[in-house]
Amino acid sequence: MSGVRVLVGTRKGAFILTSDGKREKWAVSGPHFAGWEIYHMKGSSVDPNRIYASQTSGWFGQVMQRSDDGGKTWIQPGTPPGEQTTPQGMPKGESNKFVYDVSPETGKPLTTHQWYDGTQHPWEFKRVWHIEPSLTEANTVYAGVEDAALFRSKDGGKSWHELSGLRGHGTGPAWQPGAGGMCLHTVILDPSDPKRIYIAISAAGAFRTDDGGATWKPINKGLRSLYIPNPTAEVGHCVHHVAMNPKRPNVLFMQKHWDVMRSDNAGDSWTEVSGNLPTDFGFVVDVHSHEPETVYVVPIKSDSEHFVPDGKLRVYRSKTGGNEWEALTKGLPQQNCYVNVLRDAMAVDSLDKCGIYFGTSGGQVYGSNDAGDSWNAIVHDLPGVLSVEVQSLQ
Amino acid sequence: MIRVVLPQHLRTLAHVGMEVQVDVPGRVTLRSIVDAIEAEYPMLKGTIRDHVTLERRPFLRFFACGEDLSLESPDSPVPEAVVSGAEPFLVIGAIAGG
Repeated sequence: MSGVRVLVGTRKGAFILTSDGKREKWAVSGPHFAGWEIYHMKGSSVDPNRIYASQTSGWFGQVMQRSDDGGKTWIQPGTPPGEQTTPQGMPKGESNKFVYDVSPETGKPLTTHQWYDGTQHPWEFKRVWHIEPSLTEANTVYAGVEDAALFRSKDGGKSWHELSGLRGHGTGPAWQPGAGGMCLHTVILDPSDPKRIYIAISAAGAFRTDDGGATWKPINKGLRSLYIPNPTAEVGHCVHHVAMNPKRPNVLFMQKHWDVMRSDNAGDSWTEVSGNLPTDFGFVVDVHSHEPETVYVVPIKSDSEHFVPDGKLRVYRSKTGGNEWEALTKGLPQQNCYVNVLRDAMAVDSLDKCGIYFGTSGGQVYGSNDAGDSWNAIVHDLPGVLSVEVQSLQ
Repeated sequence: MIRVVLPQHLRTLAHVGMEVQVDVPGRVTLRSIVDAIEAEYPMLKGTIRDHVTLERRPFLRFFACGEDLSLESPDSPVPEAVVSGAEPFLVIGAIAGG
């Protein structure tokens, strides 16, 4: 029988929510890694029992975790190939090591990026924001990090190497941190072209490679950001999230700092589709798994008031690929609600009907088993939710 | 053997109790103690000091015998009471919050 596994990263640990295909009754496990920030967890589509987790702390730095049994047990995978573990069988910590590539052969000089005050600032690794397992190889996985760069592991997360063509392609000195840091938060692998990858950085913009990560180009034409000196600059835009329906990989939807955008040509150009949204500020955007023109966002009041407008938690759905939006409210609080929904905290399953899940800064995880027509709080008292992913299980 | 007290989260990560003992060959310094901790508990690499620069993480401090050793040179000797095992070497997370 089919089922789903919802992976929830919070400010104080990870939680795993499981249900059968009806998605009405839920089992909750956790907290895993109690007390640590879990920025993201994601399962491999090649081996659904393999899940990667980014465990991080301002005190103790970055720890990568991997489960090979669907989240029941976890390991730090980092014993380098050919090396033994300690006599106690403990791993060696290499999986936590993210070092920018500065080698003259493959890397780029570690330059500087723009700081909040406009001065240049050195690149410094802080944490992993997003993990994206390969669509074809269980041992290959990508990590988007702060300060913005893309890393790849080909050994199941044991060791990580930067795809330095992105950071070094030339516009890096113009990138700058958003309020949450200069993070590479979105990694989208094109299922129709294994050499094509999209990434997004706050605040630099969206980028694409067509050669497996060796070279990259900004794809921000059509974005207009009034908060930067040149509103239509090649880079500098605060892109919050990008989503794609895998069945139509040339069509992308973007929630920018302000504006909901759409591209029909793999990001070569964008048009605004905010339409009748009550506010076009927000963080999440996602696409229905079976209907490529059905898109979901959660409007947030503004960049200074990071909560939903009017005290009402409303998911907005467009069935027309944008511009025309309807509020989805059944089962969601419609008074005295002032939560935020962060950029990686919405996911869709591939069951029929499409299930949608999102987590809030107030610790609720809401789920819909009918494409958003109605919602239920699966859990409502977790720590603030940083990320939500879902695995559809057969 | 050098007695080391780790903060709660690092105990969890290393699957150990509050105090561990590590063998520090040669001269006992801040650096050699952390080297020994990382050798015995490799999953702690990068959590006490940076993987690359080997600098102490900014929100962690080193104490022993009531003294703050955090700003001492990594190659400074630690108090004799730590070397003899009479006193533990403390790795402490900076306090944040109210």
